[in-house]
Amino acid sequence: MTPLEYAGYTMSAGDLIPLLPLLAVTASSIWVMMAIGVKRNYPFILGSTVGGLLIAGLLAMNLLPGPAPDSMPLLTMDPYAQFFTVLICALAIGVSLVGHNYWAEFDDQREEFLLLLLLATLGAVVLAGANHFASLLLGLETLSMSLYGMLAYPVQSERAPNGHALESAVKYLILSAVSTAMILFGVALVYAETGSLSFAGLEGLPAGPGIGISVVALLLISAGVAFKLSLFPFHIWTPDVYQGAPAPATAYLATIGKIAVFIVLLRVVVETRTLGIAPVAVVFSLLALLSIVAGNLLALLQDNLKRILAYSSIAHMGYLLIAIIAAFYAEGPISVEAVSFYLFAYVIMTLGAFGVVSLLSSDAQERDSISDYQGMFWRRPWLAAAFTGMLLSLAGIPLTAGFIGKFYLVLAGVESGLWLLLAALVVGSGIGLYYYLRIVYRMLLPEPADAPELREGNAAFSVVLVLFMLLVLFGVYPASLMNLIQAIAL
Amino acid sequence: MILTWLIALLFVGGLLAWFSERIDPAWPRWVALAVLTLELLMMLSLLGAAPEDGWLAAYNHAWLPRFGIALHFAADGFALLLLLLTAFLGIVAVGSAWSEINYRSGFFYFNLLWTLAGVVGVFTALDLFLFFFFWEVMLIPMYFIIAIWGHENKFYAAKKFFIFTQVSGLIMLVSIVVLAWFHYLQFGFFSFAYQDLLNVGMNRSMEMWVMLGFFIGFATKLPSVPFHNWLPDAHSQAPSAGSIILAGVLLKTGAYGLVRFAVPLFPTAAAEFAPVAMTLAAVSILYCAKVAFAQADFKRLIAYTSVSHMGFVTLGVYAWNELALQGAVMTMLAHGLSSAALFMLAGALQHRIHTRNMLEMGGFWGRVPRMSAVALFFSIAALGMPGLGNFVGEFLALLGAFQANQVLTIVSAFGLIFASVYSLWVIQKVFHGKYSDKAFDGSHLLDLDNREMVYYAAMMAGLVWMGVYPQSFLDLSAPALQSLLEGQAGNVVIGALRP
Repeated sequence: MTPLEYAGYTMSAGDLIPLLPLLAVTASSIWVMMAIGVKRNYPFILGSTVGGLLIAGLLAMNLLPGPAPDSMPLLTMDPYAQFFTVLICALAIGVSLVGHNYWAEFDDQREEFLLLLLLATLGAVVLAGANHFASLLLGLETLSMSLYGMLAYPVQSERAPNGHALESAVKYLILSAVSTAMILFGVALVYAETGSLSFAGLEGLPAGPGIGISVVALLLISAGVAFKLSLFPFHIWTPDVYQGAPAPATAYLATIGKIAVFIVLLRVVVETRTLGIAPVAVVFSLLALLSIVAGNLLALLQDNLKRILAYSSIAHMGYLLIAIIAAFYAEGPISVEAVSFYLFAYVIMTLGAFGVVSLLSSDAQERDSISDYQGMFWRRPWLAAAFTGMLLSLAGIPLTAGFIGKFYLVLAGVESGLWLLLAALVVGSGIGLYYYLRIVYRMLLPEPADAPELREGNAAFSVVLVLFMLLVLFGVYPASLMNLIQAIAL
Repeated sequence: MILTWLIALLFVGGLLAWFSERIDPAWPRWVALAVLTLELLMMLSLLGAAPEDGWLAAYNHAWLPRFGIALHFAADGFALLLLLLTAFLGIVAVGSAWSEINYRSGFFYFNLLWTLAGVVGVFTALDLFLFFFFWEVMLIPMYFIIAIWGHENKFYAAKKFFIFTQVSGLIMLVSIVVLAWFHYLQFGFFSFAYQDLLNVGMNRSMEMWVMLGFFIGFATKLPSVPFHNWLPDAHSQAPSAGSIILAGVLLKTGAYGLVRFAVPLFPTAAAEFAPVAMTLAAVSILYCAKVAFAQADFKRLIAYTSVSHMGFVTLGVYAWNELALQGAVMTMLAHGLSSAALFMLAGALQHRIHTRNMLEMGGFWGRVPRMSAVALFFSIAALGMPGLGNFVGEFLALLGAFQANQVLTIVSAFGLIFASVYSLWVIQKVFHGKYSDKAFDGSHLLDLDNREMVYYAAMMAGLVWMGVYPQSFLDLSAPALQSLLEGQAGNVVIGALRP
C-alpha cells in the first residue's frame, strides 16, 4: 500500500455509518464466539446468529435508498453493496435455519458451525463492498477459510460413516489456495505495472505497447476467479465438493460462496474497462460458452442430486457470464440489472433446492440420490411442490423468478448482439430441462414400497416455503424488484 | 375486464378442484365442469358485444413498466371463436376423463384447468411478453398430464413434448426480445405491445431472422414438418383428455400465433418466406398422410392426420388473403372438433380393451354399433366430406391458396385423397371384418353410454353447423381477419403474397 494513494483521505466518524452492517456482522461473530466460550447453549447461539444477521440486514436495508457515500480507499458501501449485503445476510439466516434441522441429532458440538457461518458472511459482505485488491483478498480469504471449516464440519462425528466431508474440504482448500495464489500473482503484476492496488488502477494497464503484461495479469486474475465460480475448465472440484460436504455447507457455498465473487466481478467489469483488453473478452466468452455446454452435458450423466445441482450451477455461472460480457459491450444499465436480478433469482432457487435436500438429510444420512425423492409428490405434497418450483425456476419456466432472470439475460445478450452465447443459452436450457424434469418426474412416480423415512423439520420447511413464495412473487410481479435493482445499478 | 376474469377463474378453479379432492374424490370433476361451463357462458356473452377499435373486449394495465410490459388482453372475433372452442373442448375433455381418471383426480383437473388458463391467455394476450408468458404456462401442466396419467411410455413422450416446445419457445423469446430492442432503438423506449411492435422497421436480413424465430416457435406447436416429431409420441401416450386438449386446442395456439404475430409483424419477410412455408405445408399434408396410413397404433394414426390437416392451416395462412385465412380458421375449428372426437373415441376404446393396436381389432360394428357409427361420422368429417365443417375449411384454404401459389395448392389437394384412404382404412380395419378377441380382453367392450353420446352429439352438431351454415362463423372472424390483412397499424399494407 503506497501512502501516497491515501494521502488525501482521513477517516471520519461519519464514514462508520455506511459500514454499520459490516460492523454488525463482526460484532455478532465476536458475541457468538464469546457466548460459546461461556456456555454452550445451541438455541441461544442460533438466536444470536440469526438476530445479528437480521440487524445487519436491516441496517443495510435502511442505508440502501440513500445516495452513494464517499468511496473509501478499501470499501465502497454504495447502494449496490448494501443491496447485496441485505441479500447475503438473508441467505445466511436461511442457511443457519436450514442447518438447524440438519444438525439436530449431531453427536459433536454444533455451535461452531454458526460461528464459521458468521465469519464467512463477514467475508462475503466485505466482498460486496470491495473496491481494492487488498479488501478483495481479505474478503475472499475470510470467506474461503471459514468455508473449509464448514465443509469439513462433521469430520469428528461417529455418525457420519465416510470421510467425504474431509475429502471435500481438502479439495476445496487446495484448489482455493491455488486460485488465490493465481489472483495474487496477477495482482502483483498489475501493481508492478500501474503502482496501484485499487480497482480503479486497472484502468492504467497498458492496452497498446506492453499489452502482454496486462493480458497475463488479467488472465491470471480471471483464472483465479473462474476457480471460485467453478467455470469450465476450472470446475472439476465442484461436484465432489458439493457432494461430499454436509448439505447446509453446500447450500452456503453454492449461494453466498458464488454470488460474493460475482458481485466483485461485476463491479470490476463495470467500473474499469478491463475487458477492453481484447484477449480477455475472448477468454470470458469462451469460459461462458464452455461452462454452459459442459455444465449441462455433464449434469445429464448424474444420479446424485447434489452433483446435478453442482453441474447445473456451472451452467448457470456461464449464463451469468453472458450478462457480464454484455455489461462490457453495451452502454446501458440493462446488463448490470440482468446480473443483479439473475443473481437474486439464482440464490433463491439454489438455496431452496439445497434447503429441501438439507431438510430431508441429516449429518448421518445425506438424501442426495434422486431415487430418495421417488413419490415425494404424494408423501409430502407441499415440499415437493416447492422443490418442483425451484427446479422449474432453475430451468427458467414462467411463473418463477428464474424466467424473469432468463428474460433479462436474453435482453442483455440481444442488446450487445452476443448471438453465439444466446444460442448456447437456448441449447443449454433445452438440455437443462432434461435433467430437471427427471427429478420432477421421480417425485411424480408412485412411492416405492420400501421408501425411506423422510425427515421433518419446521425451521427448514418454513425457509423453503418462504423462498417458494418469493420465487412465485418475483416471477409474477417482479416490478418492485426491478425498480430496486434499477436504482442500485452501478 | 371479462377476459381477466376468464383467466383468473381458470387459475382459481384449478386450485379449487385440487383442494376439493380432500372432501371427496368425485368433486374435482364437478368443479372443473362447473368452471368450464361458466367460462363458456361468459365467452358466449361476448358474442353480442359491440366492437371497440376492432376488439370485442379489452383490458390494459401496466405490469412491468421498466420494460413497457402491460397486462394487455383483447379479443376480436377470431380470438373469440378459438376461445369458444377452448371452453367447449375443455368440457369435452372433462367428460372424457370423467370415469377414466381415478388416480389423483384433484391434481389432474388442476392441471387441465391450468393448461386451459394458459391457452386462454395465449388467445387474448396482446403484449408479446405476456403472450410468451402464457405460451409457457400451458406447458408445465400439460407435461404433468402426460407424465402422470399417460400410457406405457409416458415419461419419454412428456419430456420430448416439453423439450421441443420449450426450446422452440426460447428461440421465439429471443426473437421477441430482438423485436422489442429494435423498437427501443427506433423509438427510444421499451415496449412489448403488439400495436407498437407492428411499427418496428428492420433491415431485410434481420427481419428474416427474427421472423424465423417466431416461425420455429409456432411451427413446432402447430406442428409442421420438420418440427412435428414430438407430436405422435405426446398424443399416443397422453390420456384421452390430454390428447383432446393437445389436438383440439394446443395445436391451434401455433396456428393462432402465425396469423396474429408471425405474418403481420414481419410483412416483407413473411412474403419472402411464404413459398418455403407453403412448401413445408404441402410436405406436411402429404408426408404425414402417408405416414398415418402406415400406423398400427390408433392414436398415433390420428396424431399424424392432425399434422396433415394442420398443413392446410399453414397453407392458408401463408397465402394471406381473406379466403385462405377464413379457410384456415374454419379448419382450425373443425379439426379441433373432429380430432378431439376421434381421440376421445380412441381413448374410449383403449379404456375398454387396453390396446391401441388396430391390427388386433376388427369387426367391432357388431359389438358396439353406436361407437362404430360415431367413428364413421368423425372419420368422414376428417376426410373432408361436403356438408361438414372440415370440408368448408379445407376447401376455402385451397381456394385461397390457389390465388397465391397454384402448383403447391394442386399438390396439397392430393392430401384430401390420402385422407379418404386412411380414414376408410381405419373404419374397415377396426369396425368391419370378423370380430375376434384373441389378442385382447373383450369382456369390457361395451357400447357408448348416454353420457358419452351427449358429448359426441354436441361435437357432431358443431361440425354439421359449420358445414351447412359456415357463414355464422365467417361473419364473426371476417372483421378481425380483414384488419389483420390491412395491417392494423395502418402503415404497412400486406397484399396477397405471391412467390
